[in-house]
Amino acid sequence: MSQDSAEWKSSTFSEVKEGEGFWQGVRDCIPTLLGYLSIGFAAGVVEKTSGLSMIEVALMSLLLYAGSGQFIAAGMIAASHPVSAIIFTIFFVNSRHLLLSAALAPYFRHQTSRQNLITGALLTDETFGVAVTQAQKKKKLDFKWMLGLNLAAYLNWFVANMAGGFFGQWIPNPEKYGLDFALPAMFIGLLVLQILSKKKFFIDLVVALSAILIVVAISFIFPGSTGVIVATILASAIGMVIERWK
Amino acid sequence: MEITGYIFLVILGTSIVTSIPRVVPLMLLSKMEIPEWGINWLKHVPVAVMAALLAQELLLSEQVFSIKENALNLAAAIPTFIVAIFTRSLLVTVLIGVLSLMVMRFFF
Repeated sequence: MSQDSAEWKSSTFSEVKEGEGFWQGVRDCIPTLLGYLSIGFAAGVVEKTSGLSMIEVALMSLLLYAGSGQFIAAGMIAASHPVSAIIFTIFFVNSRHLLLSAALAPYFRHQTSRQNLITGALLTDETFGVAVTQAQKKKKLDFKWMLGLNLAAYLNWFVANMAGGFFGQWIPNPEKYGLDFALPAMFIGLLVLQILSKKKFFIDLVVALSAILIVVAISFIFPGSTGVIVATILASAIGMVIERWK
Repeated sequence: MEITGYIFLVILGTSIVTSIPRVVPLMLLSKMEIPEWGINWLKHVPVAVMAALLAQELLLSEQVFSIKENALNLAAAIPTFIVAIFTRSLLVTVLIGVLSLMVMRFFF
């Protein structure tokens, strides 16, 4: 734990090859494990109670590999929605990955297409968050480091889903332990790390506050997950414009 | 231990439409020259998307804006933010966040 925080802090004076290599990537994934363990566990429980068999829970966690998407898919399966409607909804929920994937592109120019295919296929909110924080320190990201980060998250997710599917029936009330706060807490940590890693955090604060206001404003017009995507597009544009002015 | 056709189709279909937006921009844009304004815009995506995801978690309840429904979570967010700023450690932040909400649920 202390080693981790030391690592984040030491970024300014590290000339050594910090943050490179597969195992360093695995290590940099550790802070996110608890958060996704609890969410993956919850996803496994929900999927099982929606009528999925263990092997279907396994397939869903390995192939779909997306927290919010899995919750929604499980809910729609339980309500016997048509396949086409589920696929359409999940496409919209997960289309925010377009923006994450695009934002990582400048750091992976030196990698082959096959390597970028693997990096992209395993992209999640939290590995993205860890990767861009790392990218603040360096101009490019290493494929092996990213693979370590992604595979650790992937394996953790699979184990969490299986555990949820298996033990879920005996733990009726996981919320009692505050575990549902692991996800927002992780977003808070990633947001703060992003902002503090840059010198001019005025613009970042404006971007963050705009994004929050836009999400809330859109929720009044159309409920659903369009809010996050629209807010990201607009708040980033606001940041771009302010930077131009100054 | 079995796979039904319906669920298999759902898993397959949702996996395909999820991987396309994950893979395509990274593969295309890393091989293309992105214009300067594009880079300047992309630079702000990380902060914007994290703030937007956080707002969705903390301010919306069942996709509807509600402070009352989220009061405990919002209160737990305060120590979490403070710990994040001072420790700059993701792990400590998550632990304190979970612990804060657990303590608050115990008292309120």
